[in-house]
Amino acid sequence: MIMMKDASAVLVKKELKGAYVRFTLESPGIAREALPGQFVMVRVSETGHPLLRRPLGIHARRGTTISLFFNIAGLGTELLSRKQEGDRLDLLGPLGRGFSLGPPVQQAENSDLLVGGGRGIAPLYFLADELHRAGHKVRVLYGARTSQDIPFKDFFQAACWETIFATDDGSFGFRGFVTLLLQQELEKKGIGRLYACGPDSMLKEVGRLAALQGVPAELSLEARMGCGFGACWGCVKKIRRRGREEWLKICEEGPVFQAEEVAWDEG
Amino acid sequence: MVDLTADLGFLKLKNPVLTASGTFGYGLEFAPFVDLGRLGGIIVKGLYYGPRPGNPPPRLAETPSGMLNAIGLQGIGVVEFSEKILPRLRGLGTEVIVNVCGGDTDEYAAVVEYLDAQEGIAAYELNISCPNVKKNGQCPALRPDTTQSLVRAVKRSSRRPVIVKLSPNVTDIVEIARAAEEGGADALALVNTFLGMAVDLDSRRPVLANVLGGLSGPAIKPLALRMVYQVARAVELPVIGLGGIMTGRDALEFLLVGARAVQVGTANLVDPEAAVRVLQEMQDYAEHHGLARLADITGKLEV
Repeated sequence: MIMMKDASAVLVKKELKGAYVRFTLESPGIAREALPGQFVMVRVSETGHPLLRRPLGIHARRGTTISLFFNIAGLGTELLSRKQEGDRLDLLGPLGRGFSLGPPVQQAENSDLLVGGGRGIAPLYFLADELHRAGHKVRVLYGARTSQDIPFKDFFQAACWETIFATDDGSFGFRGFVTLLLQQELEKKGIGRLYACGPDSMLKEVGRLAALQGVPAELSLEARMGCGFGACWGCVKKIRRRGREEWLKICEEGPVFQAEEVAWDEG
Repeated sequence: MVDLTADLGFLKLKNPVLTASGTFGYGLEFAPFVDLGRLGGIIVKGLYYGPRPGNPPPRLAETPSGMLNAIGLQGIGVVEFSEKILPRLRGLGTEVIVNVCGGDTDEYAAVVEYLDAQEGIAAYELNISCPNVKKNGQCPALRPDTTQSLVRAVKRSSRRPVIVKLSPNVTDIVEIARAAEEGGADALALVNTFLGMAVDLDSRRPVLANVLGGLSGPAIKPLALRMVYQVARAVELPVIGLGGIMTGRDALEFLLVGARAVQVGTANLVDPEAAVRVLQEMQDYAEHHGLARLADITGKLEV
């Protein structure tokens, strides 16, 4: 896997809506190597506070640019959101192991279903694009708390694949958790593969539903990270492999894992 | 051309920049980003005899100009390290120093005995100061008697030089440094992390699952600098300074107060090129100020 430091990724486009931000960055090296599900570590301050970079999933790739999607949740993302078009950002990437695309599903009626919750939608746009390009039939289920938390609807509506929206309060699309929508979709059959990214509670439920239906699922996990490239062992989650449970680094062994590998109950 | 070499007595480094254990993985993690051969040496993540699971997450908390960690020395153990990692570190053109851990004196001795049979290791760094593996940050480096007896025991079984890494979580760092010297240490490295904690006011819970953790980063630099200053004046042993070094100027300040070499730690996590950049900045400073040898600045603080 090729990873690099790009200390001069130019912010070519910034879109801000409420507490949500979309950055498009000119970073040819990272764009060339990026795979869906991988992430970048973004430096948010040069002053030593906040000290650590922020991990952000690669949201989209267009030619030599990558996009990032995040919400302002603290000082780090707040500082990041103040960057202006033309500013240069310091990135490490592409990092981690992404989603496995697999061969296109044989039967035309089988499709790949992507389930995103909140800001967890970020890497799924990139994944949907790549799956679609590779000849997969793709649908995205995009859940959020309210209509306000789906800030860039047009972006999804303009894509070549279908997005079904869900909000907890019913202010946009399906009313209820996206996992309820997923349950209904799974009952219709014809789902070849599941991919999900979002809060742990959502991922756990996606894993449970996938297992019930016998559909393979890949989950992208989130964790507080120190370095993002395997040096500090700070971002571990309990993962079950070869009959053994151990703390594995999300940044290096993940962030994407097979749903059945994730040992939720142990933390 | 500035002479960058750093002389630890038992080991001549091509330059004074080492990487601090626990912040540099097993070294290879940084190969995609930097030429490891430019560093004076790599101090790899602490090794127990066998693999260690480490602490439950969350293991990290960000704090003003710093971070807390409670990794708990998760690691692969000496066998996997020797078979899979060490062969790839040999020939990189940098010294490899292994940070040695143990649950008791016998385990420290067993780690050293196993590693003594492996080639390509320049020295050991004795980790007697990790605050995250026993309750309330307990570790041998908190007391002079346990420091001295452990250093003595490890020195007896080791065929290689032993650097002793001290804890800053003590009332009198000089007393501990002297105990390590008395025990036969070949050099001292200080400081390890400061025992600290972070709480989440809203949930009324500690941020770290381990409750307590070790503070590192630029926030601790003045504290670390003070301790290196005190110890370097009090002992004959070469002192390696670390704690919050982010720039070449930071590193040179540690040399000025008496360190012969430095370790770059938390900065590596923020910027994988940090250690190499620190070296470059030290060199630039020396050239700019007409210093023939970097080592000439060691201990030249005018009080």
